[in-house]
Amino acid sequence: MKSLLATLALTTALTLPGLAMARPVTLTTTLNNYGGDGAYLALYVTDASGAYVGSVWMAGGKSKYYEHLSDWYRATGGDTRQVNGITGASVGADRTLEITLDLADALFDAGYSLHIDAAVEDMRDSPNEVAVPLTTAGAGTPVNGHRYIASFAYDM
Amino acid sequence: MIRLLHRWPGLLALALITILALSGAALSVFPATERLAAPQSEVGLTVATLADRIQAVYPGVEQIRRSPSGRITAYWFDQGTPGTAVIDPATGKGVASADPNQTLRWLTNLHRSLFLGDGGRIAMATGALAMLVLSLSGAALVARRTGGWRYWFAPLRGPLAGRLHVEIARIAVTGLVLSSTTALWMTASTFDLLPDGGAPSAFPAKVSGETGFALDQMDGLQQTPVAEFRELSFPYPGDATDVYALKADRGTGYLDQGNGALLAWADLTGWERVSETIYMLHTGQGAATLGLVLGLMALSVPAMGVTGVLVWLAGRRGRPRIRGNQPAGRAETILLVGSENGSTWGFAATLRAALTEAGQSVHVGPMSGFAPEHYAKAERIIVLAATYGDGAAPASAKGFLDRLSALDLVPAIPLAVLGFGDRSFPAYCAFAKAVVQSAETKGWPKLLPLDMIDRQSPQGFARWGRALGEALGIPLELSHQPVLPKTDTLTLVSRRDYGTEVQAPTALLRFALPRATFWQRMTGAGFARFTAGDLIGVLPEGNTVPRLYSLASGRGDGFIEIVVRKHPDGLASSQLTALDPGDTVTAFLRRNPGFRAGRGRAPLILIGTGTGIGPLAGFVRGNARRRPIHLFFGMRHAGSDFFYGEEFPVWQKEGRVTRLVTAYSRGVRPHYVQDALHSEANQVADLIRNGARVMVCGGRDMASGVADALAEILAPTGLTPAVLKAEGRYVEDVY
Repeated sequence: MKSLLATLALTTALTLPGLAMARPVTLTTTLNNYGGDGAYLALYVTDASGAYVGSVWMAGGKSKYYEHLSDWYRATGGDTRQVNGITGASVGADRTLEITLDLADALFDAGYSLHIDAAVEDMRDSPNEVAVPLTTAGAGTPVNGHRYIASFAYDM
Repeated sequence: MIRLLHRWPGLLALALITILALSGAALSVFPATERLAAPQSEVGLTVATLADRIQAVYPGVEQIRRSPSGRITAYWFDQGTPGTAVIDPATGKGVASADPNQTLRWLTNLHRSLFLGDGGRIAMATGALAMLVLSLSGAALVARRTGGWRYWFAPLRGPLAGRLHVEIARIAVTGLVLSSTTALWMTASTFDLLPDGGAPSAFPAKVSGETGFALDQMDGLQQTPVAEFRELSFPYPGDATDVYALKADRGTGYLDQGNGALLAWADLTGWERVSETIYMLHTGQGAATLGLVLGLMALSVPAMGVTGVLVWLAGRRGRPRIRGNQPAGRAETILLVGSENGSTWGFAATLRAALTEAGQSVHVGPMSGFAPEHYAKAERIIVLAATYGDGAAPASAKGFLDRLSALDLVPAIPLAVLGFGDRSFPAYCAFAKAVVQSAETKGWPKLLPLDMIDRQSPQGFARWGRALGEALGIPLELSHQPVLPKTDTLTLVSRRDYGTEVQAPTALLRFALPRATFWQRMTGAGFARFTAGDLIGVLPEGNTVPRLYSLASGRGDGFIEIVVRKHPDGLASSQLTALDPGDTVTAFLRRNPGFRAGRGRAPLILIGTGTGIGPLAGFVRGNARRRPIHLFFGMRHAGSDFFYGEEFPVWQKEGRVTRLVTAYSRGVRPHYVQDALHSEANQVADLIRNGARVMVCGGRDMASGVADALAEILAPTGLTPAVLKAEGRYVEDVY
């Protein structure tokens, strides 16, 4: 598997009240060979009640296709400001997306979950491909997606 | 200007446009095959019934989509495993794989982005823009060439590559304009440059909180026929806050999973509708037949690319570089050129060289650069003007007449105008005539009267050169050599002699066919393909200026035959009429598409005198299909110059010629071919009224006499030779 993107270090757009401490987290998403064009992926965080908190990354630059990332789109109303500055290219089949960003300490072990919606042109929309609780213990443990994502893991 | 707008986008974007067109043509097949392959739903089927059928088969169904072709695809999860299939709407069962077609995907990516992402998309959009510019500028050029938009489909003359280019273009241009405009719109939409994104219909804030309402009972789904359906997304199992999301042609909405109520609805915006229509027009998805038609039209692009490059190369070859051109302010002779495809520039170069040799300083420039205020030292202005289409100014003479008519004071420098044209066109040298008329109206002093050169005749040019030399008081010998095609050596097989008694010695010369090379046979070049009425250029020994003779035979006859009359001082005719069997000449073939009998069944009226009977006899000899031919043959004396006198009775018996009318100009009562026409006036008028085609071959005076006679004969019918010429039903080959 080829690593598509050079490791990125950015400040997340996640703005949470009262955040003081943050740590670099690497998110690694590997796609399977689903036989289609590049996948759009939306990575975002929800709180314990399932409410949208903020976006972490958007792979895919054309906002007209965001409606196919249906959960993210419903939560944000398709608001592209949510992914301003944290948008990259779509991810091809069999490729790996690796991003490193500073995530607030308060997001871990506090009931927050990280979700990935995926969509591919002329193929099924796959909202909530991955939903994984953010815990310090869960770091480094890969989880599988339903359709396009072979494995996802976050490392601290 | 328009020509430049046509040439450079064409040459620069040729490869890109070819890829676009070929991949587009290949892609156009897919919507049609999908339409044929997809199981179609019964009339009146509603989404409620369809969704219920599918859910019965696939309880884990998550989404149902309908493509514009009518193909229905369902996506489901079965114990955590995703499944997809094309659905038969009658049963709700999967019948085929819904995996993306890899060929289609490859072609699509090539077509829209050359596999290069956004950069590739912009490159391909540039290609589409080039195609649009080419289509529009090309359409303007076609209109100019044929003499106006009304004559869009008028018959064409000229070299094959140019004709093919226009023939293809005027059919395909509509499709290419449609494909390229829609392509640009779609690119703009992809890059979010258009406000055609869907207005997100607000997700319902309040739901019933119940689940399990029967799908086939839902009002919103019952009222949506499958024909208008696009997509239905199911709520997450177990999530009571989730809803059904429906997309149809009219708009999008949400349905409650507990009571089936329509919770929200948003119609498509006007922009979305426009964008969807444009998407359909471009891809053929939802309009498969149109897609196929557009695909076929796109296939014309490579053909137009090849012919377009050939036209460009031919024009470039024909236009020599002019070295040592004097500035306009210092030249004694100003040479202004009005040329469309470059051949007139060749004549200008020859004239400039001869004048320079005679000690003159010459400035050569396009007529469009006419600037009399700069001609400080000029003693004469010479205009060489071709004509474009129906008498319009050729490319390098645009604006000349306007500039001339805007002058308060015409230059006192004497003017000579030489027109170039093709006598078989109704508007022969019309632009040169317009220039002369305009100059006369303005009172511009004249150096020489207007002269005209028919079909780039080097002899005509040389004759005019002598007249010019006389006017200037210098000996001027213009031997213009257009770039000669490859020549062949022809061997005389037999000859028949006529006319010595009437002081017009004439020979029917028959040459053997030269052996055609493989390449010639493949491309039909040289003598590998010719018909009666085509021309051969003979290069006399000791001279490089070719003389043209009409062919009296076609390739199928197995020999090359010409009728040559010996002119007292004619170099070529003397050499030709002195040939004995076994002797050879150097010659090349020049096609003469403007003088062909054509394929139709319409009767032919052939009118010829003297050696002009050659190609007409060739048409008769080749008339295996027994098309009605009425031949009017004018000669001096039946006993001396009745060429093909032995063959005509045979041809008549075989039905190759319906009627032969002869006229003899020597005798007690001279009778000309015009008189013969007059005595058959009723029949001639009848034939023409019923679609007959007139072909005239022979001397210039005879041709104008025939035109006058026909004008009189046709007067009661309301037709005129000019109208017939415009329709391509009256063609002349005169010399």
